Amino acid sequence: MNGTPLSSMALVLFGSIIGSFGAVFLKSGSAKLKFGFWRILNVQLAFGVALFLLSSVFFILGIRQGELSVLYPMVSLGYVWTLFWSRLFFKEAFTPQKFIGLGLILLGVFFVGLGGK
Amino acid sequence: MSSAAANPVTATDAPPRRKGAGLVFCCTVLGAAAQILLKTGANQMAHPSLWAIVTSIPLLAGLSLYGISTLLLVLALRDGELSLLYPVIALTYVWVTVLSLIIFHDRANPIKLLGITTIVIGVAVLGRGSRR
Repeated sequence: MNGTPLSSMALVLFGSIIGSFGAVFLKSGSAKLKFGFWRILNVQLAFGVALFLLSSVFFILGIRQGELSVLYPMVSLGYVWTLFWSRLFFKEAFTPQKFIGLGLILLGVFFVGLGGK
Repeated sequence: MSSAAANPVTATDAPPRRKGAGLVFCCTVLGAAAQILLKTGANQMAHPSLWAIVTSIPLLAGLSLYGISTLLLVLALRDGELSLLYPVIALTYVWVTVLSLIIFHDRANPIKLLGITTIVIGVAVLGRGSRR
């Protein structure tokens, strides 16, 4: 198998962005969870799960060609997007550790992409 | 008497943390197995379509396993210490890489392995920043 196509990396990247929005909806949906099993099924949670499923479709299309050992680590970019949405939508603090972790993940994904060429 | 009264408190305090880490560890193994099934199904897909995805047994099995591991992970993270659990979560990258090398004969090269190691450390550091 020769290298991992950029188109595959782009599909996985796109899937990770959609998945991070799924996490935002799950978070806002879970904040409304209070009592009773059927109350769990609110619109935000359903939308969050739907976005996760959609992101899986892009991920599956993305891993058709290329190496899983290159494409799977790129899912970690989801952490980066989620960090931004947490700051933007939930006003969560940007700590130095989060900043360093984010930098390391970006650097790691860059290396993995380079190694997959 | 007072020490006997204090002991049950510490005894009930410790296990949930360890149980959380054990559960998360199981999630990483399940999650990695899910990725292998997804890759197997994706490789078999001649013409990509939504129909091809929902009728592929390895893809459905992989998605189900991924769903189960995610659900368990959410349960474990709910009352666990994130700074302890994130480094465990990052193990998924290690399993997927090792399994990809063995099963799919992915090439191992120093830059790729350096990248994966950097990501694992990054996720662990991220968890430390999320301490409650």
